Amino acid sequence: MKQRLNAFALTFRLPIIIWQAAFFIVPLVFVVAMSFFVVRNFQMVETFEFASWERMLSRNFVWSAYQYTMVMATASAVLASLLAFPAAWYLAFRCSAQTRQVVILLLIIPFFTSYLVRTFSWYTILAESGVLNGAFGLVGLGPYRMLNTAFGTLTGYLTLVMPLVLILQTVTMANIDDRLIQAARNLGCSPLRTIWAVVLPAGKTGFVIAALFAFILSFGDFVAPYYLGGSKPPTLPILIIDTTKAGMQWPRAAVVAVIMMLTLFTIAFAAIMFAYKKRTSR
Amino acid sequence: MATNGKLIQSKRTFLKTSMASVALSAPFVNRAWAQTVELTMLGWYGTAEPDMVGAFEEANNVKFVPKYYAGGDNMLAALAQNPPGTFDIIHTDAEYAKILTAQDLVLELDPNDYPMDDLLHDDFKAFSGHWGAGGELYSLITRFGHLGVSYNKETLTAEEAATYDVFWDPRLTGKVGHFDWHLPTLGQMSLLMGNASPFDIDSAAWDAVQEKTLSLKPQVGGYFDFGGTFAGLKNGEMLAMVGIGDWVTGILERDGAPVSSVVPKEGGIQWTESYSIAKTSEKVDMALKYLAYTMSPEGQVKTAQMLGYPGHAVTKAGRAMLNEVDPTEAARSKQVDGDPQDPITLINEGRIKYRDIPVQQSLEDWNDFWSEYKNA
Repeated sequence: MKQRLNAFALTFRLPIIIWQAAFFIVPLVFVVAMSFFVVRNFQMVETFEFASWERMLSRNFVWSAYQYTMVMATASAVLASLLAFPAAWYLAFRCSAQTRQVVILLLIIPFFTSYLVRTFSWYTILAESGVLNGAFGLVGLGPYRMLNTAFGTLTGYLTLVMPLVLILQTVTMANIDDRLIQAARNLGCSPLRTIWAVVLPAGKTGFVIAALFAFILSFGDFVAPYYLGGSKPPTLPILIIDTTKAGMQWPRAAVVAVIMMLTLFTIAFAAIMFAYKKRTSR
Repeated sequence: MATNGKLIQSKRTFLKTSMASVALSAPFVNRAWAQTVELTMLGWYGTAEPDMVGAFEEANNVKFVPKYYAGGDNMLAALAQNPPGTFDIIHTDAEYAKILTAQDLVLELDPNDYPMDDLLHDDFKAFSGHWGAGGELYSLITRFGHLGVSYNKETLTAEEAATYDVFWDPRLTGKVGHFDWHLPTLGQMSLLMGNASPFDIDSAAWDAVQEKTLSLKPQVGGYFDFGGTFAGLKNGEMLAMVGIGDWVTGILERDGAPVSSVVPKEGGIQWTESYSIAKTSEKVDMALKYLAYTMSPEGQVKTAQMLGYPGHAVTKAGRAMLNEVDPTEAARSKQVDGDPQDPITLINEGRIKYRDIPVQQSLEDWNDFWSEYKNA
């Protein structure tokens, strides 16, 4: 039987559709179109030229920034996945459901404060005169340079993505049938072998999605590489800001943005294909 | 049936509540709008904060709405991306004032409304880009400051910091910071290379400036915006900064940080800020009143003391009042007759060059090099 259109229900469903169309698809199309505009006398001229593409693709510093951003975002995704795993394991298999709920709530709390504020708080911890170096000094070590380095950038990235990765991994492992793990151990698997042969395959989708989120958030993050990495060297989001600072070159910034989006679409597509790929029978 | 009844009731309640809310709130909204004039200011951070505009707001029943930017290009972008009439007052770096005039974005001002004869230096009376070809005034100079070598006083002495060469000092390896904007840094490198007009250089001189700048790379600890610059100097991560001056270290000095700025022997770069009124403003009378206020002695004192970042007064009366009401700040910022670093004395000695946009290269060329330098 054909279902009647419920106008009242639509009133509450349409906004999200309109929102996505208005604030994601339309701007996306506009950014692509803008990459073909040109700037003359500080004013953007709507045209269809490849000038911005030619200029940006021929600059070495664009490719250097691209390479650095890819390496750092990958490192962030891998590190976050590895560092979160033991804690997620404990939360999923070792602690009570009540403890797990409390810890997950605590993991959400960092999102209550601005990411920028959390990033700036690292200044007092990582500075040469900061808390960490103070502690190292007590045992005769340091001071070590941590701010304005790749380490600083990674610290910022992990601040952003770790809670999310940990929550996703915990939920993933909590949904794995505990009896599979017990069976593996009973059949003589070592803990590492159990993780490799049972846990990772069973939770593959969740682990890949968690790592993918970490990659996407790090890849597009401006705050950590700028404030904790000292923009040294710049990542692609910093390059976008740099490009708009001189001569209002929004079309060139749009080229960088399109390159970033294409990269993220490709990686997200590949990751999701891998995550949902069925295991072939031997 | 009961569920349907509840649903119908909730639909009615929803619609009734929505309509009643709109109807009830309308008179209050109208009344609030009628009471206060809103002036929207496009400016650098701090220019529309209470310490600057609070007294004027109170006296004239005005509410300032700030829209802040960092860098002249961002200002032009804000003007291009907002509908006409969005901004009333435009606070701009002087080198961008000529672009506002060229693009016919600002109103002509009457010089007789302002104390032009009281300006501290003759250059200020006919400042580049502020006047039209026919002698019309479009932008009003309001404050200025000098960029030189900013340094940590526990590492360097003022004498050691009195040359741009100090940035290559081995004690500063990894501790030299850049304010992340190409114009001031490359202008300073151009001065170091002996260019009398640091922003008007031929291709050979431009190549030399790039080469010299690249040689500084091993010393560099990072590239920072407002927040990062303040934090880097304050926590000692950066021991010297290129491209800034008292507008940053002045704030930190007020807080007791061991930092200072000096105009080195090769000369300094002057940043100059001006006010214009947007041609599309519908509140021109009030905007004009504010411009007159900023040029009054009281307004000039506020501009020198501005919490966002300090600057120098441009009028004699403003400077005199600053010395009277806040001698500590006047002395700290060297706005005292007889001080060897008195900003007016430095201009008279020919040690200051006014910041400009590149003349023989494009802004994009300078910015492209800046990106290459950051990636080097």
